[in-house]
Amino acid sequence: MDLTPFINGLYGIPVFGVLLQVIGYLVAVIPPNAPNIMQQATPLALAALCGVLCERSGVVNIGIEGTMLAAAFTAWVVGVAIQPMFGTPNPSDIFGITIPLIISLAAGVGVAMAISALHAWLSISLRADQIISGTIINIAAVGLTGYLNQLISQNSPAGAGEFARFVPPTALTNLPGIGWILAMLLNQGPISISVIVLVIGTQLWLFRSRWGLRTRAVGEHPRAAETVGIDVIRVRYRNVILGGAFAGLAGAFLSIEATNSFQDDMTAGRGFIALAAMIMGRWTPIGSFGAALLFATFLQLGQVINISPPSGELGTIMASVPPQLFDALPYILTIVILAGVVGRSIPPAADGQPYEREAAT
Amino acid sequence: MTDETGPTLAPALEMRGITKRYPGVIANDGISLQVRPGEIHALLGENGAGKTTLMNVLYGLATPDEGEILLDGQPVAISGPADAIARGINMVHQHFMLVPVLSVAENILLGDETMANRIFLDRREARRRIVELGRRFGFEIDPDAKVGSLSVGWQQRVEILKALYRKARILVLDEPTAVLTPQETEEIFGVLRRLAGEGHSIVFISHKLYEVLEIADRITVIRRGRVVGERLPSATDEDDLAELMVGREVQLTVDRGVSHPAGPVLQIRGLEARDDRGQAAVRGVDLEVRAGEIFGIAGVAGNGQDELVEAIVGLRRPSAGTVSLAGQDVTGRSPRKMNEAGVAYVPADRHRFGLILSFPLADNLVLTSYYRKPYARGIVRDPKAILRDATTTIERYDIRTPAATVRASTLSGGNQQKAVVAREFDRDLELLVLDQPTRGLDVGSIEFIHRQVIAKRDAGTAVLLVSAELDEVLEMSDRIGVMFGGRIVAVLDGRTADKNEVGLLMATGGAERVAALAATSA
Repeated sequence: MDLTPFINGLYGIPVFGVLLQVIGYLVAVIPPNAPNIMQQATPLALAALCGVLCERSGVVNIGIEGTMLAAAFTAWVVGVAIQPMFGTPNPSDIFGITIPLIISLAAGVGVAMAISALHAWLSISLRADQIISGTIINIAAVGLTGYLNQLISQNSPAGAGEFARFVPPTALTNLPGIGWILAMLLNQGPISISVIVLVIGTQLWLFRSRWGLRTRAVGEHPRAAETVGIDVIRVRYRNVILGGAFAGLAGAFLSIEATNSFQDDMTAGRGFIALAAMIMGRWTPIGSFGAALLFATFLQLGQVINISPPSGELGTIMASVPPQLFDALPYILTIVILAGVVGRSIPPAADGQPYEREAAT
Repeated sequence: MTDETGPTLAPALEMRGITKRYPGVIANDGISLQVRPGEIHALLGENGAGKTTLMNVLYGLATPDEGEILLDGQPVAISGPADAIARGINMVHQHFMLVPVLSVAENILLGDETMANRIFLDRREARRRIVELGRRFGFEIDPDAKVGSLSVGWQQRVEILKALYRKARILVLDEPTAVLTPQETEEIFGVLRRLAGEGHSIVFISHKLYEVLEIADRITVIRRGRVVGERLPSATDEDDLAELMVGREVQLTVDRGVSHPAGPVLQIRGLEARDDRGQAAVRGVDLEVRAGEIFGIAGVAGNGQDELVEAIVGLRRPSAGTVSLAGQDVTGRSPRKMNEAGVAYVPADRHRFGLILSFPLADNLVLTSYYRKPYARGIVRDPKAILRDATTTIERYDIRTPAATVRASTLSGGNQQKAVVAREFDRDLELLVLDQPTRGLDVGSIEFIHRQVIAKRDAGTAVLLVSAELDEVLEMSDRIGVMFGGRIVAVLDGRTADKNEVGLLMATGGAERVAALAATSA
């Protein structure tokens, strides 16, 4: 049966026709851009994992943004500092790994864990307001990294370079149907390629392991956890600091994998978008990753639309819209999602509540 | 019985001369307690008598200043809950320590997980053991059900299973029946007897005298941190225990006298209301409370009672139906309008809704009238008038406080509730709405509040009493409505209603529709 007249008829209906053109455009544009979407999704997904670890144990962490920024700066600046000691780099074949890069990565992750430890101490031990604590981290990170970057970048030094992307064999990426997905997951640097492993690992860990079970109990009903002998404070510290490692990876990704430089405020709100992804993903690792991919798609589309705009009526409509609107799409999406369009998402019951031990004297 | 095992057998648990001082109070003053293997030992005492402190000492949450704990005759030092559990001591807390969003199996595993390897849980083995354990004590439990979806009776069982899974030898139950229907209580008692039969020792904390008499092998009564007596159930009765517990003769049953109901005051027609999540909670309630009568509402908590009460007093907008007061439609009026129309309300949660804990007692006493003369002139408060009236109110309602100016949070639970009662009762009323007015209070305060309610009834006020304590509803009410699934499924005569019948209605509701129809048409 020939459907052409029918489909042409559908195209004739104005709104419906434009909608079909949108779908057609997305189908044409997403697969070739999939590796770049994954690049956009990587820091979001890692930061969202940080959020999941913290909030599942009952600690709100809105300082992820600042933690990432500090990690990005540290990873880059440590590279700058140690690069001369190692002479001419001799990158390995896989991922272009060099010793300075590894040290830079470790430094970035280490700083992020240290900042998270500070957040843990303020919000768990001192029972400070967790929003204030996170805000302090965000403000301090912007100020400090900005100031230090100004001092250092005056003589525009070279960093330790960047991780290289793995190039999967074309036999895989040319597979019909799933080739572009494999390219998306595999044509990546080491941090980005590890995201899918970390997401699945965290999902299993959270729902199948002892620590995961205890984490969820502590985030829901800490008193109940304590009565069965669980050290609520310790579980929370562990989760927040481990979450910091994820935020550190996210930050280091920006400065030594996606680029080889640091720019002021280069996180550009990704730490906050990640929190939206975490909420949309209902505090699960896989859900958060899915939401991060959605946000990343919009981030990437914002760029693609300017480079290769769609044709037809859709192109005409889009040409009449200021291009800045497309750059704003992911942020608009964040607002829409946080306003609850995705339905009510229920946080862990003890999320954000400091825990006080029973009067043990 | 344990006597046959011979006197040489060491007690499973012995606490000797436990003393625990907190700044300004001696919570435990040389308490000694012996629990034998296979014994159900009741610990009876009022709130604040020191039961909780004693159990915290046993559970390692508090370190005693003096005294020692012996398990099987060996002195031990218990460092915390984990240590207590490792030694076979488990506690079922009054407020269940269960995580609602986790499954039964996850709740039972928590803290003492059955592992497949170093990281991951062995969920299959855990499920198998839980089902098996349940069967051994006579019930089928679904290990994958979410705890939050279970009835309180089943949650109680999960708590007990949790202890048994940890191979508890000594099981402490803190007020285990407070939220159960009589049938559920009977079932739990059955489980406890089986446990004792298998050699477990059970410490049963309660202030319900008849329950203690029914279940316990021995009863230890404590008052003000001291053991004031030990009794065998066969050699005592409720009056004796009450006197021991309170330290004076107490009138246990309410002397409700004769009521003289007049015309209807509160009339509710087809009332519907939603809960905070937007689910239908009250699904068509018709109700009439007459002047000079107490209408009691019995029901398992969460069957729409709170929403019904809130819809009546103006805190919740009904989604359908009408509320009228003395013939006038007052549906959806604000709480202040209702208050001014002569409606008083004692909320279930005095900490969240009844009082502002950080405010002085005197200010709490004028929360419903602070804006009126004589407490305010225009927009200016008159602290002198507030304080003057507070002082007389405190005296008349016997609120024990150092001064009218202390913060409400410093008062004991009983005195806090007396303050709420004083504020709400101390004027002429058309309608008095009471939601759990005596929850968590000691026998003395309960007695006081019940008397005040009876006095209001005799003064011609219509009283609507909601309580999860079935005994309270039965003792106080002239008529009883049983609420189930957002409806009143039966209305019974309060003086002839049978406790088991009401309990069954509370638990099954809809299945008893025939009885409901018969009662409402009568």
